[in-house]
Amino acid sequence: MSNEQPDDELETLFDADIDREPTPRSQRLKRQFDLYVLAPARVAMTDWRAIVGTAIITMFVLMGTVGVWLVDRPTSGDAPVLAPPFQNPNYILGTDTFGQPIGAQLIHATPDMFRMVFAGAVVSIGFAALVGILSGFLRGSKIDTILMSITDIIITIPGLPLVIVLIAIFQPGDPYVIGVLLGLDNWPGLARTVRSQVLSIREESYVEASQIMGISTGTILRRDVLAQLMPYITVNSALASRRIIFESVGLYFLGILPFTTLNWGVMMNIAYEGNALSKPDMYHFLAFPLLTIFLMSFGLVLFSQGMDSVFNVRLRARHSSTIDDDGGPET
Amino acid sequence: MQGNYFAKRVGQAVLTFFATVTLTFVLYQLMPGGPAQALRNQILSQQMGSSNTISPAQIEQLVENYTNLESDAPIYVQYVQYMSSVFLEFDLGESLYEDASVTSLLAERLPWSMLISVYAMVIGYTVSIVLGAVMAFKEKSRFDSVSSVVVIGLNSTPYYVAGILFIFFFSIRNTIFPTGGRVGLGVEEGFNLAFMQSIALHAALPILSMSVLGLGTALTMRGNSIRVLGEDYLRVAELRGLRNSRIATQYVGRNAILPMYTQFMIGIAGVLSSSVIVEEIFSYPGVGLLVYDAIQVRNYPVLMGSLIVFTLVTIVAILIADLTYGFIDPRISSGGNNE
Repeated sequence: MSNEQPDDELETLFDADIDREPTPRSQRLKRQFDLYVLAPARVAMTDWRAIVGTAIITMFVLMGTVGVWLVDRPTSGDAPVLAPPFQNPNYILGTDTFGQPIGAQLIHATPDMFRMVFAGAVVSIGFAALVGILSGFLRGSKIDTILMSITDIIITIPGLPLVIVLIAIFQPGDPYVIGVLLGLDNWPGLARTVRSQVLSIREESYVEASQIMGISTGTILRRDVLAQLMPYITVNSALASRRIIFESVGLYFLGILPFTTLNWGVMMNIAYEGNALSKPDMYHFLAFPLLTIFLMSFGLVLFSQGMDSVFNVRLRARHSSTIDDDGGPET
Repeated sequence: MQGNYFAKRVGQAVLTFFATVTLTFVLYQLMPGGPAQALRNQILSQQMGSSNTISPAQIEQLVENYTNLESDAPIYVQYVQYMSSVFLEFDLGESLYEDASVTSLLAERLPWSMLISVYAMVIGYTVSIVLGAVMAFKEKSRFDSVSSVVVIGLNSTPYYVAGILFIFFFSIRNTIFPTGGRVGLGVEEGFNLAFMQSIALHAALPILSMSVLGLGTALTMRGNSIRVLGEDYLRVAELRGLRNSRIATQYVGRNAILPMYTQFMIGIAGVLSSSVIVEEIFSYPGVGLLVYDAIQVRNYPVLMGSLIVFTLVTIVAILIADLTYGFIDPRISSGGNNE
């Protein structure tokens, strides 16, 4: 997996030690790129979950960018009503009860989905990292106590009902706002875990060494702690995204979120309310949105799993005790 | 130390509940146009059909009855009144549509929701802990890789999608289970076999689809077990010649389950929350369906009341879990700090 890695590093380390010249910026960037992008990518290539997950996510990104541009926005009456799937190349996935091609609807729902996921992931991960790192590093202080009490309170308030009440009162239509609302109930659990991660990183000997050497807290946070947390944050953004997709589609499906935008949940709602379950000619109308959510979520879960096995050296190295301690890309 | 920890936890629970009730008060105030205006609109639209007109004073009185808020008093007075009616009188206001108090509506529905959520939790977590452990023991075998894919797949299925599929396959294509409701028509209520059977049949599909929520735990359990399996103390235990069953339960099981504790805590809240979606799909008249119906007609007192009760149930569940956790893991209760 990373057999060449230690040798490479050893060599550059050795060189730098001899001539004591500052490494040029370009080389430093190259080395960082190698360390943070190429090395994980190389490891990821050996894990099928990471490959499949990345492929599925890429497909959805393409759908939301190029797809929207290639396929026209569907309007009712584009095509015959309830055309079965895989018959006509113009609407491969068939059409719905209004004669709108289902494939085009699925594609045009993607950009707003990404907006929601983006807003939600930024809010939940951002809050979690901020609160977790801060209170982990100020362990035992008043700020830590206050932050953790707030976290404990919000962790207990059931998120979905709260979000539902907020939605019922304010009726948000903007995907970013919906994303933020859904992200709000996600961060406390993460913040706690980030905190305990920070606590254990703090105990590591190299952080202690940095502290003794008099390196400022900010630098330690940035260089040692945040770098260690990155894999964790990556894995969790994927999971947070999945959760936001689940919840937003669920709420659109129930008709709790106002139908202001095209969404897989809205399609499911229309199909389900039209009794698609007991009408064979409507099966595809319900089935394709279901399949889309499943695929997207499957991709995200696989991606997070794959990344976990890439980053988590302990998981990877259980049976291979020959790998030495700093053989992994991140540790 | 033990008493101190207990006091701290209970104090935290009370504080959390206090914060939630305050939050609902703030939400009332944040409603577009304030609570009085929001409710006035509701009442007026309700009165549309009938010819009798309603005076502003009457509306004021109604708003106060429904929400425990006296909308012309200063905010802090309203706050004190609201808090005291919730905490001292357990009064969550009146439903706008039924002639009943929110408390009684919730009390009638809550046991049914608890029935399905508790079973869903138990089934979901038991299955995934056992499955995860077996997967870890047979790591890298075919069983492991196949069930990993299956679990990831199930984990990628939203519980409501699972619910729809269950209805499709078990209620519509094959009529094994009913599509909705909580008891069959014409079943005599009481302690008899037919009634029990009917309840179980109606609850089966909601429980199954909700237990899908807990399945992700299997992978966590697998990861934890694998990690424990690599620890030195396990090798020591093997060298000491301990029985396999003892190693599996006392060494691996215990140390693998403990880190999942937080996840389990959050799971309590998650399962209960999801009841809104699941109960609507199965038209299962529990608290979730009550919330759903309340949203459709903007029945704010019921909405806020359910939020408060949902939180209360979650707080109590977590508190119980928290206090009993000390028995399982001595490190927690002695230290008093949980990191």
